[in-house]
Amino acid sequence: MRIVPLGESALVVEFGREISPELNDKAIALARRLNEKPFPGFREAVPCYASVGIYFDPLVFRPEDKSVFERVYTEVEARLNQLSVRSSVASRLIEVPVDFSDAAGPDLAEICEILSITRDRFIETYCGREYRVYMLGFLPGFAYMGELDPSIAFPRLPTPRLRVPRGSVGIAGRQTGIYPAESPGGWRLIGRTALELFDANRAEPSLFSPGDRVRFVAV
Amino acid sequence: MSILIRKPGIRTVVRDLGRFGHMAAGINPTGAMDTLSARVVNILLGNSDNAALLEFGFPAPEIEFEADTAFCIGGSAVDAKLNNVPVSIWKPRRASAGDILTLSPTSNGSFAYLAVAGGFDVPEVLGSRTTNLAAGFGGHQGRLLAAGDRLSFRSPGQSFPNEQPALGYSLRPQLADPVRIRITRGPEYHRLTALSEQTLTTETFSVGQNSDPMGFRLTGPRIFSLDETELLSSAATFGTVQLLPDGGLAVLMSDHQTTGGYPRIAVVAAVDLPLLAQLRPGRSFTFELIETLDAERLLFDREQSLRFLKTGLRLARG
Repeated sequence: MRIVPLGESALVVEFGREISPELNDKAIALARRLNEKPFPGFREAVPCYASVGIYFDPLVFRPEDKSVFERVYTEVEARLNQLSVRSSVASRLIEVPVDFSDAAGPDLAEICEILSITRDRFIETYCGREYRVYMLGFLPGFAYMGELDPSIAFPRLPTPRLRVPRGSVGIAGRQTGIYPAESPGGWRLIGRTALELFDANRAEPSLFSPGDRVRFVAV
Repeated sequence: MSILIRKPGIRTVVRDLGRFGHMAAGINPTGAMDTLSARVVNILLGNSDNAALLEFGFPAPEIEFEADTAFCIGGSAVDAKLNNVPVSIWKPRRASAGDILTLSPTSNGSFAYLAVAGGFDVPEVLGSRTTNLAAGFGGHQGRLLAAGDRLSFRSPGQSFPNEQPALGYSLRPQLADPVRIRITRGPEYHRLTALSEQTLTTETFSVGQNSDPMGFRLTGPRIFSLDETELLSSAATFGTVQLLPDGGLAVLMSDHQTTGGYPRIAVVAAVDLPLLAQLRPGRSFTFELIETLDAERLLFDREQSLRFLKTGLRLARG
């Protein structure tokens, strides 16, 4: 594990370098702990795959010999020492209805052809397991989910599309995700959902939170 | 009480200092590009630092005041005219209903700000009035301003003295050559080769043509990495300097994504970020590496200058 500065108003706690539910559980637990027990100047904590970005306002500290970074480091260390990591097995399950038609998933036919599997087999494999929301990023409400069965993993497009329709379900390697809004994007599109993933006017703007379990259902 | 956008300009958008506390949901702060100028024009008007204001590039908007108010322009060098009469920037001015404000660029800078007394009265969404263009919310209907848009403001403007103390030079963008941008080490700085560490702070870089408020692509010498292993997506900030797979550098700017997967070799010092934001494509500069503690001290000093400005104005207003 390492704790390093990211400018004067952020630092990064890195638990490891690989995608694993255990490391992600730690990241989520630390972010939760900071939200429950913030230090003065704390702005937010952003859990990522195996790290946490911690953001703060350095100006609430008084200039001293000791740097703000060192003082925040101490605060973070104290919370790491009391960390109770909850396994996300008990987290909520969100079902996502997906239209896997050619119109909704323009890359699916080509993926199936290259992987030499039938469309039904692809959909069955894709929908046959639960995914974990590891983190949010890229766009408001965009969840990085994993991991796909290796038999249906597929790389990103060599050149991103300029416009990916809202609700598009994409895959990239063993990751999957849904575009909450129209945007450029390089993930291969396999379907589309009508679920409202992001609404700034909802109490919880993003449908997904890190640690959620997700199951896709063909409609 | 409102202003009318007669011509929208190329990129006119409502900003404040940012929407904080929602990055875990993928919502980045999307505050002003040049937060220093944004704060200063608000302070000069007697507004809160964080009042909503207009950020614009060039071609700039043409604006009609539909009610009496006070306004202040600042940021990049801009040629402002009220009913065809030149008005100075960095100074609060009165406008009457029917007055027309035209703005054109001069030699330097990319982003200018128009604040009105009391700030623009757009709805607060998730604790901020700034515009999130990627998700289409906040600001004025979540988008860039268009011809015919009306933005209301809150107060007809408080009184301010005709003679204000001149704004200190240190609080304006220092755009004269040579430009030096201070940076601190980022989480993946150690990936640089010894030679590239040297290149980073001795060679000249410039702002690339394909730069926008999401990120500045830099042109300059290629930077080499000791470790090419792919990183997992992790935290990023406004000012993070990323090393791209082709050996080029990119600096994440205000509309950046909340997370990124490229090595974060450095972070632009907060005090120099407003200056970097103002550099037009083609402008060259050098990086200077400083310690995080020094970057913090510079930030405390900057904050003190802003406090002095506020105190000075309060005294002048009596």
